[in-house]
Amino acid sequence: MDILEKLAILADSAKYDVSCSSSGVGRNGQSGKIGSAAACGICHSFAADGRCISLLKVLMSNACIYDCKYCVNRVSADTPRTSFTPEELSDLTIQFYRRNYIEGLFLSSGVLKSPDYTMERMISTARLLREKHRFNGYIHTKAIPGASQALIDEMGLWVDRMSVNIELPTEKSLQSLAPQKTPEAVIGPMARISEGIRSNLADRDHFRHAPKFVPAGQSTQMIVGASPDSDLRILRLSEGLYQKYKLKRVYFSAYTPVVRDPSLPSLMTEPPLMREHRLYQADWLMRFYGFTSDEIVSPKHPNLSLILDPKCAWALRNIDHFPVEVNRASYATLLRVPGIGVIGARRIVQARRVGSIDFEGLNKLGIVMKRARYFITCRGKVDVGVVFSPDIIARSLLSARELSLIPAARGGQMRFEDLPEMREIDGAKKDVLLLNPTNEVTEEYERRSEFGICV
Amino acid sequence: MNGEVNLVYVYDGTLEGFLCCIYESYARRQVPDEIRCEQSQATFFDRTEWIRTDTAHSDKVYGSLAEKICLESQDFIRDAFLTRHPEKEILMYRFIRMGYRMGRKVMDFLTDDTVNTLTKAVRNLHREAHLLKGFTRFTLYDNVMVACISPKNKVLPILADHFADRYPDETFLIYDKTNQMALVHKPEGTLLTSMSDMTLPPIEDPEKAYRTLWKCFYQTIAIEARENPKCRMTLMPRRFWHNMTEFDL
Ligand code: SF4
Repeated sequence: MDILEKLAILADSAKYDVSCSSSGVGRNGQSGKIGSAAACGICHSFAADGRCISLLKVLMSNACIYDCKYCVNRVSADTPRTSFTPEELSDLTIQFYRRNYIEGLFLSSGVLKSPDYTMERMISTARLLREKHRFNGYIHTKAIPGASQALIDEMGLWVDRMSVNIELPTEKSLQSLAPQKTPEAVIGPMARISEGIRSNLADRDHFRHAPKFVPAGQSTQMIVGASPDSDLRILRLSEGLYQKYKLKRVYFSAYTPVVRDPSLPSLMTEPPLMREHRLYQADWLMRFYGFTSDEIVSPKHPNLSLILDPKCAWALRNIDHFPVEVNRASYATLLRVPGIGVIGARRIVQARRVGSIDFEGLNKLGIVMKRARYFITCRGKVDVGVVFSPDIIARSLLSARELSLIPAARGGQMRFEDLPEMREIDGAKKDVLLLNPTNEVTEEYERRSEFGICV
Repeated sequence: MNGEVNLVYVYDGTLEGFLCCIYESYARRQVPDEIRCEQSQATFFDRTEWIRTDTAHSDKVYGSLAEKICLESQDFIRDAFLTRHPEKEILMYRFIRMGYRMGRKVMDFLTDDTVNTLTKAVRNLHREAHLLKGFTRFTLYDNVMVACISPKNKVLPILADHFADRYPDETFLIYDKTNQMALVHKPEGTLLTSMSDMTLPPIEDPEKAYRTLWKCFYQTIAIEARENPKCRMTLMPRRFWHNMTEFDL
């Protein structure tokens, strides 16, 4: 099989992996080597689905001895199988890199023969890149569940980021959909990597030239919508992973049906993109806005509203925290106002040093007034026409199209409390432009998206 | 100055020349209404004054930015000069005057129209430069890497460090078609120069083969069930596409 055919197969079977980010580590170039890494990551292209292409995302091999039900590569699937050799893949990576197509390599794999055998092939590839090709750019590899600790330790020295996919948020779901993967096989490598990073940081404190172990940190991914697990479970688990294993990112992947199986959603099911988007917003709230998962979801409302973004929903549930005076509120308080993002809050604090800000000034700073105006005062004044009632604000925050999807709203009877139950919007999302939430934030993306749907 | 006649300073189009306009405005106790570079058209109502570039004067003004405003204001002015804002010179002029009065606070005065407009223009420059760190595509002719870009702002001075650092031992050229400039890098050093045109020979194997591989990857990696052309267009505006290998345009 020639390299073009291999690439077509091994990229196709890698595409359901979400992560493509090249962030987390800044590294200057070096004479005698090729490449560098930018801490904020660089997107090299965007695919037709709007997702960022930063790394050459492929599998080492799509042959797999396991039989995870949701996966196109499972052993029982009837699909052509192939593998790259480490030489082929490292050559391809370096040729793409020279032409500035990519930031580096994101290498995953089906379990070829055994977890350890697979890991060895992947390590050879990373090693060829670093040693033979003198590659100084970004490498992200998967750690294969069940791989031995020694191999994880070795791989960590060649790559920038490692990840182990949790795939499903509960043991029960894992058992029913990925019977050969145990929670221990997933958590084991994750714990090992996290420990490796911790002790490596300590070593580097003492010996400046100690080799770096996974300097860009680790990430993981969960499939959303393949199992009946609630957003509450997903968000609590993510929060736990951030705290316990210091993960850099938890990615969510809306389940795209690829297999007919009684324990899975039918092939006709649309991927729950809106739900995925809301989960990313909630994740953002936990990582950058100082929210805890308890503030976002509760046993009473275990799922995120699909109609209203989680920050607006929180604000409406806690309307007694508002209005906030923009000229006095602390940075942390500003961050909790819908329509004010990290950049916006920073700009407000900056501009306040010169003089007090009015509504027009906020507009100039790029604050999304469409949302913010319901929750703030400027120099003690409320914006014209704003009434502090959650029901009225909720209605004003939604577009006419969104309102038309809510049966109760048609009669003008909609109450804010009814909103969390509204889940039917997912089917109608097709013409709603979603900003790709997996992209690293840059000022303008954030300004446009500040959690909203950008139309 | 009387109300009907525009006082226009004309300079040579370099940053030094612009800084001399600041110097002269203080020396001559004038406030220009416009500052233009020499190629632009004068109108009937203009009273134009040619400002000669004198590096002793421009150095003085440049130094005064750090002294009277702050160190960052030097970078800010240098960047502002690279932006595509059609009235950048007069905005920069007003910014500097304001800065002499207010000191470093002028950098925070984001609610002021001049500061706001200029800050946005600089942000736009950096955003475009950031996008082009990713969207620039090299073609290999033997061992020389060549790329063509058509940015709106003069991004090459900003991209120079990035690419020189990334490919230290390579020889490459990036041609900016819009601003007719080129960045040339060899292992011995990097150079910015003006360049009016570029014609390239047709490509051959193995370059052709790598392009095919890249196109194949680009098309394969998208998930059909998630297709979202609007989102792609927002994140990667169409004006970049014709310089990118993955599209046949
Ligand atoms: S182990 Fe990975 S590649 Fe193999 S079937 Fe499971 S998810 Fe698919």
